[in-house]
Amino acid sequence: MKLVIAIVQPYKLEDVKQELYAANVNLITVSEVLGHGRQVGVDEYYRGVKETGNLLRKVRLEIAVNEDFVEPTIKAIIKGARTGKIGDGKIFVLDLPRCIRIRTGEEGSKAIG
Amino acid sequence: MGTTPAPQLNDGDISWVLASSALVLAMTAPGLALFYGGMVRRKNVNSILMQCFMCLAIVSVLWVVIGYSLAFGPGHGWIGQFVGGLDWFMLHNVSMYTPDHWTSDPKWDPTTSYGGTVPNQCYMIFQCMFAVITPALVIGSFAERVKFSAWVWFTVIWLLVVYCPVAHMVWSHDGIENKWGVLDFAGGTVVHMNAGIAGLATALYLGKRLGTDKPGMHNVPFVMIGASLLWFGWFGFNAGSAISAGALATSAFVVTNTATAAAAISWAACEWIFTGKPTLVGACSGAVAGLVAITPASGFVDVGGSLWIGFLVSVFCYCMVAFVKPKFGYDDTLDAFGVHYIGGLWGALATGLFAVKVVNSGGSGVFDGNAGQFMTQAKGCLVTTCYTFIVTLIICFIIDKTIGMRASAEDEVIGLDLSQHHERAYTILD
Repeated sequence: MKLVIAIVQPYKLEDVKQELYAANVNLITVSEVLGHGRQVGVDEYYRGVKETGNLLRKVRLEIAVNEDFVEPTIKAIIKGARTGKIGDGKIFVLDLPRCIRIRTGEEGSKAIG
Repeated sequence: MGTTPAPQLNDGDISWVLASSALVLAMTAPGLALFYGGMVRRKNVNSILMQCFMCLAIVSVLWVVIGYSLAFGPGHGWIGQFVGGLDWFMLHNVSMYTPDHWTSDPKWDPTTSYGGTVPNQCYMIFQCMFAVITPALVIGSFAERVKFSAWVWFTVIWLLVVYCPVAHMVWSHDGIENKWGVLDFAGGTVVHMNAGIAGLATALYLGKRLGTDKPGMHNVPFVMIGASLLWFGWFGFNAGSAISAGALATSAFVVTNTATAAAAISWAACEWIFTGKPTLVGACSGAVAGLVAITPASGFVDVGGSLWIGFLVSVFCYCMVAFVKPKFGYDDTLDAFGVHYIGGLWGALATGLFAVKVVNSGGSGVFDGNAGQFMTQAKGCLVTTCYTFIVTLIICFIIDKTIGMRASAEDEVIGLDLSQHHERAYTILD
């Protein structure tokens, strides 16, 4: 089992979701985050004084998948989020030792889907 | 003043018109600003509030310098039926003591003054607030994708070459539509149809926003607060347009409230029928559509007419934004066209149907035995629509070819708050 974490542009979320549905990946968690990579953020000003917060709004997706879904998930995210410009985001793939479904107490691969 | 009696000012009328001016100011900021601001994605909310707020500032200055003269000043020659001259430049000859046209003119005629019992300057500041809200309404159509610098130029030019002539044609004594007998009590044609059709022109010229053509509703409570403030301020807009504190203002107040309430009910009902549940944004949109529709009729119809106008306007506007707009695929971000043009058009035509002499001796409609009024209204609508649509497209073209109209793709993605103003509305870290 793997945990796929992706940071993407907020306005690409809808496209990414559609690609994931098309790849039959239906279970995702989405949160709003701030950050920046090599893309330089935009400065803010308050009554003429420059503020330091040059972070940009991003969306973070967390998707737990079984091994055979890892590649389709990654492909779908790239297809939905890629524009070719700096700031498109990143995908991290982590090992996932355990997964438990709260409702039934099921564990492992069958708890993921 | 020769043999003409000195104009009689009425303190009650002056109080009401000044209070109404303040009410109409509140329609633009914060009313319309919050109504629109809640309906955009949160990365663009400041840009909307900023445009509405700066519209108030920019138009206020333009209006006293030259706008009032172009719109309401006496015209000269053939062109005078389309636009006023410069006699009232910098409020020259616009008296704070008398209601008349030219304070020094011995041939003062009370029938050619705007509201015979308030000073001309009082009428001027009331009209200033109308001039403020009209370009602010247009913002709804091109929201989320226009550069701030381009918006400033658009507003300045549009006010002078579209709003002022249209106001002159409909409302001034020598205006051409006024001479035809077009009835527009509080600005259904001048303000709402005008802003709505200009909005459509800008939306068509600019094309869709990147990645979406739906409103990105980020704060529904804002929408409700904004709509309520619009409703509140609109009493100044409509009842204030009586330019007196008497029976006509009372009647306008009553029909305004009635039509708005009816329209809120019928929009919610439309949603209940077509999509299963009524929404808060729907009820608010209905109320605004009702306010728009009753505007031209408010000084001419009785309560029965106002119920028809209110109940039906939401049906028309709902169909426009729910069924027609998706079919054509233009990106009128916040439906300035769908609500203000369609609502204003229905209101203007309905005035020709429901106007009754009992309310206002100045106008009667088809159901009151004046069959010609409907066609007169339609003619007025047609002239305003064509003029504004074409000239607005030209303004867009000129701005686009010189400084560029649209924000860059990158700026649009980041959001106009940060890219145009270096300032965001909300933080999530502290």
